[in-house]
Amino acid sequence: MATANVPDYLHPDSIRTGLSRRKMLDQVFVIVGLVLMFACLGVLAVLFMNLVLDGSERFGWDFFTNFPSRRAERAGILGAWVGTSLIMLVTAFCAVPVGVAAAIYLEEYAPKNWFTAIIEINVTNLAGVPSIVYGLLALGLFVYQFGLGQSIAAAGLTLALLILPIVIVATRESIRAVPKSIREAAYGLGATRWEVTKDHVLPYSTGGILTGMILGLSRAIGETAPIITIGALSFIAFLPSSPITSEFPFISFQWLNDPFTAMPIQMFNWVSRPDQAFQANAAAAGAILLGMTLLMNAVAIWIRYRFRKKINW
Amino acid sequence: MKLWHKLGASVFLTGFAAVAAPQFAHAQSVIKIDGSSTVFPIAEAVAEEFQISKKGKVRVTVGIAGTGGGFKRFCRGETDISNASRPILKEEMEVCAKAGIKYMELPVAFDALTVVVNPQNNWVKSLTAADLKKMWEPGAQGRVTKWNQVRSEWPAQPLMLFGPGADSGTFDYFTEAVNGKAKASRGDYTASEDDNVLVQGVENNKNAIGYFGYAYYIAHKDKMRAVPIVNPQGKEIGPSIAAVNDGSYNPLSRPLFIYVRDTAAARAEVKEFINFYLTDGAKLAEEVGYVPLPAEAYKVALKHFNDKKLGTVFGGVPEVGVTIDALLAREGKL
Repeated sequence: MATANVPDYLHPDSIRTGLSRRKMLDQVFVIVGLVLMFACLGVLAVLFMNLVLDGSERFGWDFFTNFPSRRAERAGILGAWVGTSLIMLVTAFCAVPVGVAAAIYLEEYAPKNWFTAIIEINVTNLAGVPSIVYGLLALGLFVYQFGLGQSIAAAGLTLALLILPIVIVATRESIRAVPKSIREAAYGLGATRWEVTKDHVLPYSTGGILTGMILGLSRAIGETAPIITIGALSFIAFLPSSPITSEFPFISFQWLNDPFTAMPIQMFNWVSRPDQAFQANAAAAGAILLGMTLLMNAVAIWIRYRFRKKINW
Repeated sequence: MKLWHKLGASVFLTGFAAVAAPQFAHAQSVIKIDGSSTVFPIAEAVAEEFQISKKGKVRVTVGIAGTGGGFKRFCRGETDISNASRPILKEEMEVCAKAGIKYMELPVAFDALTVVVNPQNNWVKSLTAADLKKMWEPGAQGRVTKWNQVRSEWPAQPLMLFGPGADSGTFDYFTEAVNGKAKASRGDYTASEDDNVLVQGVENNKNAIGYFGYAYYIAHKDKMRAVPIVNPQGKEIGPSIAAVNDGSYNPLSRPLFIYVRDTAAARAEVKEFINFYLTDGAKLAEEVGYVPLPAEAYKVALKHFNDKKLGTVFGGVPEVGVTIDALLAREGKL
């Protein structure tokens, strides 16, 4: 009989018990994973709820439309949220085109040699440089050398430098994920390198590029050290000049040169105040800053979703 | 990408127009202030009230680069007024002199460094300068770790020290006053640049002792006890507005200053601002937890300002325990 020679571990019963044990381990892993994920989300939720509860008495239209004040209940974040929004605008406009262009060059055009290898290593290393170092660099370069002064432009450029490596790395990853066959098919039809990049590689990698941009901007929006270094203010009771004017040519870029403050600086200032009433302001500002980040993420996810729908390979 | 930009710009511009548009005004004169974060609450209060009184015709900005960082910008001519929690130092005077920046030094308020213990601490009734030195001098590091090592009648409980970090002007002044040399301190204590962390440390720890600015004590006085300090005349004096004003809370009270550039002071709006500062500043300083100068001192300071009395009365060397009258009577030096 053949079955007599079958070793024990190949016996249907032992295979069955082995299988169910392995399936159980699988289940255990799923549960552990779920628990860990909810733990992370829970911490974030608790933090957010904590901020919202602590700052609950401050939420209101006035909080968004008031300038800082020595009285906690009168102090608002108008200068801070406008400043942060403008800085993020400058940062996005500078970091994204430069970062995406650099990534396209490195992935699609650059020859693979020791020189590009050094560039690659350095780009990755730059992502790990402490933000205060960027602040010091920007103070010397943008503020004094280029004469931008303590302005929104200087702050935006500083943060753009800071997130450039993040944008480059994320863009390269998503460009690399575009299948080779797509490129080869396009080349086969006589497309040039730029046509391949523009019509195929970029549209397919937009999702990843947006993810990189959001990661970068989310980091930039919370940075305090570099913008304090380049001279952000703590008390400023007026807004940057309006980008829209009543006189020709109706658009003004004066706001780029204006002094500013930003959300994290306003928070930092309130947290370190002796008067405990300011702790509520700090909590409320923290919740709003978190809200701004989530909103930015939501917009990017929505755009990414729309782009993904258009892709059909 | 295009969509994102269009969307971002339109959301942003509508939000901007809705909330912000009415507040824009034409280009105006701006008074730029930067410097010490200790002086910041006073500067902020004065700037806020001044702007309200001028109905937005003059703009004031205040930064918190720190006393040293503030002087750096001031001596480059970037700011009109520099907040300082200590007098200008020799090196900073030289930088200013090289750049041709001349200035007036005006005291605006006092800060009383307050030594606090936990309310459950029932053994410390007062502290002498010698006690403080025993606790905080560099030589105490790793050696003085129990209360009974400071005074033998105190319990053999661990001595938990809380104080500001080495970048703070409070640290500089305290070490100068207690250990005789600025920045000379033991390093094995809980240090934080955020005074609220120190407050919590003392609140939650029976064996704790710490020091920070008077404003932080006032905000938490129900949860901690300020220790009276024995002054050079041998009296035990607790921190209070009266004790600082008559000079008896000594040596831990320090004057806070603003430095005004002479060319800025020639501008009408800066003149008005300083006038406002030195007349209405007293009640604002008190409101934010600082000790105002005696009324007479503000008058003298204002007279010095109007007479364009240039320079610092310290000659670039920090001092401890100078009375405000003695300060104002001295001649300035650039």
